[in-house]
Amino acid sequence: MRQEQQNGRKLKFHILRFNPQIEGDKPKMVTYELTEALGMTVFIALNQIREQHDPSLQFDFVCRAGICGSCAMVINGKPDLACRTLTSKFPKGEITLLPLPAFELIGDLSVNTGKVMRAVSERIEGWIHDKNMGEIDLTKMEVTMDPDLADNIYELERCVECGCCLAACGTKRMRDDFLGAVGFMKVARFLMDTRDKRTEEDMYEIIGDDDGIFGCMSLMGCEDFCPKDLPHQHQIAYLRRKMVTVK
Amino acid sequence: MNVIYTDSLIIGGGLAGLRIAIASKQRGLDTIIVSLIPAKRSHSAAAQGGMQASLGASVKGEGDDEDVHFADTVKGSDWGCDQKVARMFVNTAPKAIRELSTWGVPWSRVKKGDRYVVVNAKRVKLTEKDEAHGLITARDFGGTKKWRTCFTADGTGHTMLYAMDNKAIELGIPVHERKEAIALIHNGENCHGAIVRDLITGDLTAYIAKATTIATGGYGRLYSVSTNAVICEGIGAAIALETGVAALGNMEAVQFHPTAIVPVGILTTEGCRGDGGLLRDVDGYRFMPDYEPEKKELASRDVVSRRMTEHIRKGKGVPSPYGDHLWLDITLLGKEHIDKNLREVKEICEYFLGIDPVKQYIPVRPTQHYSMGGVKTNPTGQSPYLKGLFSAGESACWDMHGFNRLGGNSVAETVVAGMIVGEYVADYCEQNQLEIKTSLIEQFYNRENQKIDQLIESSSNENVFQIKSEMQEIMMQNVGIFRNQKDLELAVSSLKSLLKRSRKIGLKNKTRSSNPELVEAIRVPKMIKLALTVAYGALQRTESRGAHSREDFPERNDRDWLKRTLAFWRNEEDEMPELQYEDLDILSMELAPASRGYGNATIIDNQDTEKRIKQIEEITKANPNADRFEIQELLNPIELPKKLQGKNERVGRGFK
Repeated sequence: MRQEQQNGRKLKFHILRFNPQIEGDKPKMVTYELTEALGMTVFIALNQIREQHDPSLQFDFVCRAGICGSCAMVINGKPDLACRTLTSKFPKGEITLLPLPAFELIGDLSVNTGKVMRAVSERIEGWIHDKNMGEIDLTKMEVTMDPDLADNIYELERCVECGCCLAACGTKRMRDDFLGAVGFMKVARFLMDTRDKRTEEDMYEIIGDDDGIFGCMSLMGCEDFCPKDLPHQHQIAYLRRKMVTVK
Repeated sequence: MNVIYTDSLIIGGGLAGLRIAIASKQRGLDTIIVSLIPAKRSHSAAAQGGMQASLGASVKGEGDDEDVHFADTVKGSDWGCDQKVARMFVNTAPKAIRELSTWGVPWSRVKKGDRYVVVNAKRVKLTEKDEAHGLITARDFGGTKKWRTCFTADGTGHTMLYAMDNKAIELGIPVHERKEAIALIHNGENCHGAIVRDLITGDLTAYIAKATTIATGGYGRLYSVSTNAVICEGIGAAIALETGVAALGNMEAVQFHPTAIVPVGILTTEGCRGDGGLLRDVDGYRFMPDYEPEKKELASRDVVSRRMTEHIRKGKGVPSPYGDHLWLDITLLGKEHIDKNLREVKEICEYFLGIDPVKQYIPVRPTQHYSMGGVKTNPTGQSPYLKGLFSAGESACWDMHGFNRLGGNSVAETVVAGMIVGEYVADYCEQNQLEIKTSLIEQFYNRENQKIDQLIESSSNENVFQIKSEMQEIMMQNVGIFRNQKDLELAVSSLKSLLKRSRKIGLKNKTRSSNPELVEAIRVPKMIKLALTVAYGALQRTESRGAHSREDFPERNDRDWLKRTLAFWRNEEDEMPELQYEDLDILSMELAPASRGYGNATIIDNQDTEKRIKQIEEITKANPNADRFEIQELLNPIELPKKLQGKNERVGRGFK
């Protein structure tokens, strides 16, 4: 049942090495060789390289199951989650790994996505806005919600803040203040949620400019590289239409 | 010396830590979270299947309430839990889920009218009531009498964590990311904060606080194959242990989840079986009904994991290059259901196994999953041994799980304990002044700095990765699902020699700033100490209870072992933990010890059990007009923070 692989194949990993913490260190590509094993992922490979070749190699993994969004990096030219990328995907056995662009580099393959994502949440005020919330009596039954609406909100909330959409975004690469798909998806999610009392006018204040929804060049790198297959194209088009009609 | 002062310091930014931080902040306290990673990446996100709370809105949850949830939890724990804490938990769980509903979790909802589900391999029609339409629904999980596990598809932990972190961001709670607490600051009586290492710059900072809360999750990564995230190494519990004062409770209580994929050990949710999935052997035969005629695939996790292992030992496993496994069959649930309610499972199957679970069976095997043990606290979440030290969630032994946790009760514990303990943390901060000598801060700061100097300068040559991997293999081979004296003795002696070797680690990379090898070198000796508390606790406990199963002592021995293990590490140079035991008082139990109704174990009775059963009968008889709340108050009085008191409303039932 498991997918067939060439057990014992030699793999070559070309990895960007640079530690900005060390004065005078310069970026360079280093190649590591190792033997492929059945079911090997980039997660397994990088840990082997660290344990057997170079203990200073930096990278970020947490869940290693494709759900936490920690390990996005550029794998053979494409941003993706390293933990669930099988080495067998690459027939030539050559794998080039670069840190995600558009984020501050911590070292080697590790970038500071956390800081950016917190800033995104603060900028769009990514929480339920309801002036009456403080008065809710928790002993009482919850407010009902349309079952389909709940399902639809979850569809947009599956974002894991991995940063692939920003790394793949032409506008973001040119203009650092551009909010990007991760932020638009959150805005769409809260706009859809009837518990959030904000109106389209309120959202216009947040995304109604060139750093927001009108800055998108529609290159759709976000749609192409979202590991969770979120409907970026659809939501960006929807938000742009909504925002144009405000004012 | 870098020093940061705050009121409430929380170590760990998962669900429990965030909720405690929110409680502190809402009470007007200065609050800081220190976390290895961004909060939204915490292991709480991995909880797929759901959160138990007795809302009873769905038709299969009718008749559910706190009492039924309580009984399930106590049985699940194999009577090893603290029944006061279990009561506090079940009574608060509906409030926690409703709070999260207002904070933005898109809980899946009841849809009125007919729907079809799979129960015991048969398609069954359910008709949901009109008046329940739009309320939070629930699915079936193991070891529960009612369908009680509330969910958002199979991304429950994700949506809970996002809503919780969003709330924390709204309140402006700072999360100091990429920082690791490596020692607690204390004077033997009071905990005053922690020494924290910045994982990027390598700098140390002393965080000084009135209250310090450890919410760092479990210690699954003591094992070589675990469903846990790679950061679940138990370091929070370890720094509590290393105080020499605080105790860890029931460390030998380690749960194995029945269905992690082979070989990588990634979890497929219990929701697979809750929604009707089956376990099959090498012949495609559904074997669980033979072992557990009543609960079948949905007995508690410890029982199902043991039955699977038994079945594999009978030669019924499916051979693979990574050892024998069994099959999880969810094909009978259909594409539509899998695409909607089990989509994370589907993604995991596609990416890691290259299979389509709509059409193919999933290779699974019991795998380390949950740590019932942790920092021993009293019901308020505070260490009975070190004032100002609190703990909540998986890192704690608050002790609502005893020797086995029910599925759906872990994320539930994080948010419920977060609410309850959060109030007590805030009380503590309000009632206590910060009094600390700067010389004490300096003493801990210098000690930790020197330890790092020594590691970097050391000319020893023990390889830290090698030591860690040996430890994980020892635990996997000898302290697993089935345990016995010979294996456990071997584990203890091997771990002892490993601990000695861990004091001679030599680093290849001598960088003081971000350095993954140095991070390991700081952690691994701590992890080996924890491993020793697990292995030694398991060796000493000569009975089988919940997830702790001794082949040489198969009975649950209430006569001698209805007690909680407490582990201390008195001196840094010690080679073994000191174990003490604390009796569970049968005469104050709401539910006297009895058979669980699954798992088929023999019980050696305690003489107090009979006595307590009689007492309970008498109390019930003497109060014929008492309702269930009054009876509970008579049998098992509990205290809860004022704002969390009050009965819970249910559809069609009101507050009764």
